[in-house]
Amino acid sequence: MVRGLLLAKIGVFLLCLIPLVIMGSAVVTGAAGPNPVEYLSHETGQWGLRLLLLTLAVSPLRRLTGWAWLIRFRRMLGLFAFFYVCCHFLVFAVFDHSLGLPSILEDIVKRPYILVGTLAFLLLIPLAITSTNSMMRRLGRRWKALHRFSYLIAALAVLHFFMLVKVDTREPLIYAGVLAALLLLRLRPGQWLARRTASRREVQKEA
Amino acid sequence: MLIRRPRRSDVKPSEITSESIYRRRREFMKAAGTIAAGSLLAPQWLFSRTLDDLEQLRDLGELKPSPYSTDESPNSFSDITTYNNFYEYGFGKDDPARHAPGLLRVEPWSVEVTGECEKPGTYAFEDLVKPHRLEERIYRFRCVEAWSMVIPWVGIPMVNVLKRFQPTSRARYVEFVTLMDPEQMPAQRRPSLPWPYREGLRIDEAMHPLSIFAVGVYGKEMPAQNGAPIRLVVPWKYGFKSSKSLVKIRFTEEQPLNTWQQITPEEYGFYANVNPEVDHPRWSQARERRVGSFFRQSTQMFNGYREEVAHLYRGMDLRSREYW
Repeated sequence: MVRGLLLAKIGVFLLCLIPLVIMGSAVVTGAAGPNPVEYLSHETGQWGLRLLLLTLAVSPLRRLTGWAWLIRFRRMLGLFAFFYVCCHFLVFAVFDHSLGLPSILEDIVKRPYILVGTLAFLLLIPLAITSTNSMMRRLGRRWKALHRFSYLIAALAVLHFFMLVKVDTREPLIYAGVLAALLLLRLRPGQWLARRTASRREVQKEA
Repeated sequence: MLIRRPRRSDVKPSEITSESIYRRRREFMKAAGTIAAGSLLAPQWLFSRTLDDLEQLRDLGELKPSPYSTDESPNSFSDITTYNNFYEYGFGKDDPARHAPGLLRVEPWSVEVTGECEKPGTYAFEDLVKPHRLEERIYRFRCVEAWSMVIPWVGIPMVNVLKRFQPTSRARYVEFVTLMDPEQMPAQRRPSLPWPYREGLRIDEAMHPLSIFAVGVYGKEMPAQNGAPIRLVVPWKYGFKSSKSLVKIRFTEEQPLNTWQQITPEEYGFYANVNPEVDHPRWSQARERRVGSFFRQSTQMFNGYREEVAHLYRGMDLRSREYW
């Protein structure tokens, strides 16, 4: 059993590396197109966001399916989300600003979409740091409260995406939809539905 | 180094039928037959031609060099034809290359001239271009999205063409309209922008010797994805001012409303001169990424054409929203 879990973890780890491998080879072979930096920036950002949403989907999925083992992969997914977001920030810092701190700071302060994105990135750092078992033990109940920030971070990330598109909002809308669904699931749909039907009945009565 | 001087009797490379076309001669005959039969039913399709294949682009012959050309090295033909903003074919940079060549019918093509001029009318593409000598203009091209290229356009000075229509004294602006035809431009089926795409210039901007009607790149006719068969190139302005696949020229007294200003007036204005000191409301315009390089470089005032065009804007505060 333990051995199976270890193998599965290695499998998920390798799966999470696939986007990175694809990106690297696309840049090397030229498949990334004439503007590889833009390609890297978009891909790392999108994979960060996708993995973040996937991380948030773990516990509702576990509840819906009853597969308790899903939780074993949540930390790795979350850390990979953090990894791709770090890459995303690095692309920005290295290629857009040649690592010039004043110009990075100026961009963050002046551009709301960059500010929102940076905020999401900074908020992810304490979550990554406190992801170890010993930190979980040490923080106890506060750990859960702290890690609820991941919903806020995902919302900031979707907002960041929304704010930078010119006219085509379809893609950020999809992510917003997924996030909204996850938030709704968090409200325990069973209870929520029960409450809603109850209140509907009341409304009907009043009418 | 061995330099081979071409003799007069040599067959020029442009005269040789390329292998790909030669191999397709049967296809061509079949197509010709179909077209001949079809023309009995629908005569307007007789000369209809798309640019299915970049190799089929015809050579434009001898070009007059221009003192306005930059000596910076141009982007590759592949950069220029695979990284385009042409929302009539989708939002992706690779959408135009994938969809435009097979769909855009460049022959026959005509441009309607209306408004404040003595010689309005509908001009066939050939009649528009033929009287002029084609020039090569290697220009910097700066997109409002902060990327740039160097492009060897082939074109004719806009002023020479516009003068033929004899604009009246009331013609203070020129409006340019792109083709509207969802059959040829499928993304026009969605109301993502208010189609057709419109742009405009002040008459003195249009008459400036840097402004051209471009009909080709790299010595060949214009690829579909770059706005075939004829488009504007106004190199000191952001790329969206250089609208593509032109079908209508209108001389007007009032400043026309260009598409981007129409949809987001808080972000785009009429002038749209490249200006590193005036940022887009959401991003900086101080630096740009030259397509093909990883790092950014500084953006120049008027995209490096300050000497030529600054006088057009004397006395105007280019920081004020009115003159964005």
